[in-house]
Amino acid sequence: MRSLPARLSVALVLVLTLGTLVAVATRAQVGSGLAAADWAAIRFTLWQAMASAGVSVLLAIPVARALARRQFRGRSALVMLLGAPFLLPVIVAVLGLLAVFGRGGIANDALGLIGVAPVSIYGAGGVILAHVFFNLPLAVRLILQGWLDIPSERFRLAAQLNAPMWRVLEWPMLQRVLPGAALVIFLICLTSFAVALILGGGPRATTVELAIYQAIRFDFDLGRAALLAAIQFALCAVAAAIAWRITPLDGLGGGLDRTVARWDRSPLDWVWLVAVTLFLVTPLVMIVLRGLPGLSQLPDSIWAAAGRSIAVAAGSTILSVLMALSLALRGGRIANLAGVLPLASSALVMGTGLFVIVYAFVSPTAVALPVTMLVNAVLALPFGLRVLGPAVRDVRANYDRLSQSLGLSGWAALRIVMLPRLRRPLGFAAGLAAALSMGDLGVIALFATDAQETLPLAMYRLMGAYQMEAAASAALLLLGLSLAAFWICDRGGRVDADL
Amino acid sequence: MLTFDNVSLRVGEFTLTADAHVGPGLTAVIGPSGGGKSTLLSAIAGFLDPDAGQIYWDGRDLSGRAPGDRPVTMLFQDNNLFPHLTVAQNVGLALGPRLRTSAAETRRIDDVLVRVGLGDLGHRKPAALSGGQQSRAALARVLLADRPVVLLDEAFAALGPALRAEMLELVQGTLVQAGRTVLMVTHDPSDARAWADQVILVADGVVQPPQSTAALFADPPAALRAYLGT
Repeated sequence: MRSLPARLSVALVLVLTLGTLVAVATRAQVGSGLAAADWAAIRFTLWQAMASAGVSVLLAIPVARALARRQFRGRSALVMLLGAPFLLPVIVAVLGLLAVFGRGGIANDALGLIGVAPVSIYGAGGVILAHVFFNLPLAVRLILQGWLDIPSERFRLAAQLNAPMWRVLEWPMLQRVLPGAALVIFLICLTSFAVALILGGGPRATTVELAIYQAIRFDFDLGRAALLAAIQFALCAVAAAIAWRITPLDGLGGGLDRTVARWDRSPLDWVWLVAVTLFLVTPLVMIVLRGLPGLSQLPDSIWAAAGRSIAVAAGSTILSVLMALSLALRGGRIANLAGVLPLASSALVMGTGLFVIVYAFVSPTAVALPVTMLVNAVLALPFGLRVLGPAVRDVRANYDRLSQSLGLSGWAALRIVMLPRLRRPLGFAAGLAAALSMGDLGVIALFATDAQETLPLAMYRLMGAYQMEAAASAALLLLGLSLAAFWICDRGGRVDADL
Repeated sequence: MLTFDNVSLRVGEFTLTADAHVGPGLTAVIGPSGGGKSTLLSAIAGFLDPDAGQIYWDGRDLSGRAPGDRPVTMLFQDNNLFPHLTVAQNVGLALGPRLRTSAAETRRIDDVLVRVGLGDLGHRKPAALSGGQQSRAALARVLLADRPVVLLDEAFAALGPALRAEMLELVQGTLVQAGRTVLMVTHDPSDARAWADQVILVADGVVQPPQSTAALFADPPAALRAYLGT
């Protein structure tokens, strides 16, 4: 019973990751080699990912330290806020950052007041800024975990001995935690597409993912797109292989709601906490302020796009959770591999492969939504598996012998024991998948025209047409849908769940 | 009659041998920690296959039969109830791997709940019961299961002395009265003295044949003296 769905899941992952890679490889035109622009894209991709990871991690250190040693009202809300960017559609966040740091944004207004010329958010700086916005919170959570993993007895001992805590406790911990955190963020930024699409571009700020998109959409050069996709896959595979080895990637988990009693607090802690809160909250507030007035005047096409987004998100959530569940129940090396492979691939690599495959048979626009659904489901799979895997192991450890002695096996064990016990993690995993898919602006951009566009793509089109009011309203709608999708799923797992 | 015929159990480096018969009534299984008490129960329940030898129930070989397919029911130290099911549903699982029960089955479940003193608590979830009531609910399922061999693997260890005595009295009055073969692992020799008809000593990798409780404690062998510290 359990192994057939697991096999189908593995097969789907293999087709979408390695299968698309094969399709890409057969189409890649190696003969012509890489143009100067391609090399520039590779260099920029690596450079911006390194810079984003470095800045995120460096800024995260003082913030995590402040959170580790300060107890205050709203601390748990701030920790929760640090988890929010994961659920936030990239394009919404970028629009919010534009409202703050863009031309005519409040930051530039403030600079204007003191007589400084406005700075531009477009280009490499903007790409890195957006990446820091998304990954600083993740870095804080990972590093905070490191801090809280130091036993409080050691802090007491160090305080008693008047030992320098930074040197004896904190720096050794950071040496352990920082490389992993930086590598995860590096990997995430390697596959950056939507940020580069909006804020980057041109010879100085084009990522490989963006170059793939441009090769297909603007030049219709499938050979070059395929070659770039192969390069992108190689970059990610190497980074993912290293990252998977050395990091837990558990920045989503709980257990961050305590502090360690400390005797070396600095008032600078508050500066850092206020700064990071403002940095994260202001763009979202701007979205709400600018989007709210026009919400009722959104054109029908936006509502239709929202409907498509909901349908795609629903489909990919169900598929992704079923895959994650069947693989978690199956366990073993193959299941683990299937959970890692999507991290080595990316939306545009899968998209290019699928484009090459379907192009021979049907018009890509005809399958835009199903393809987006499949790719989103597979891209969310690693996160779902990370949530469900340990939960399944827990249920087995606690109830396997009882189930066996009662003769509960197969479908009955799944229905009576496993599924009810997994309600919370299932709801959480579904919420993640739903929010990720709802806000996705990746593969859909390759396949769709106006007639198939999802809400993020429609929003991108509005921004391209400089309809910023409508774009802000669409962003607010998208933000609401993403958070609601997460909330409904997560809540569904919690209501009446007996622990 | 439960029979161990030259049984040899291996868990990693540890080996346990058993060659004994166990009849109906309450049999205490005592011995030092790590001596193999739980290993013995695991083998009877079918969680662990013997390396050599056979375990028989009334002359029938139990080898290769799944835990749910043996004439055996077992209570563990914890996790004896599914927290998401009501007490009645938990107890009802004794009748088969399903949650829906017929009217006749529902009556049987209600009867057995009355017998353990949980007459009106069948609709509750385990979290809404006290520790003693949870033990009673688990015991109700064992009673309903109608299987001749009952294994209690420190099932009441988490309860205080008074509650534990209450539970053992209930075991005595129900399971033992009904003629079942009850094996009870316990850390407390006084439990064995107070309630058990006979005692199996498990020490140094060997399961000793059961002896009458009075005789054993009157003249304890060396292994038991070492365990008791007398």
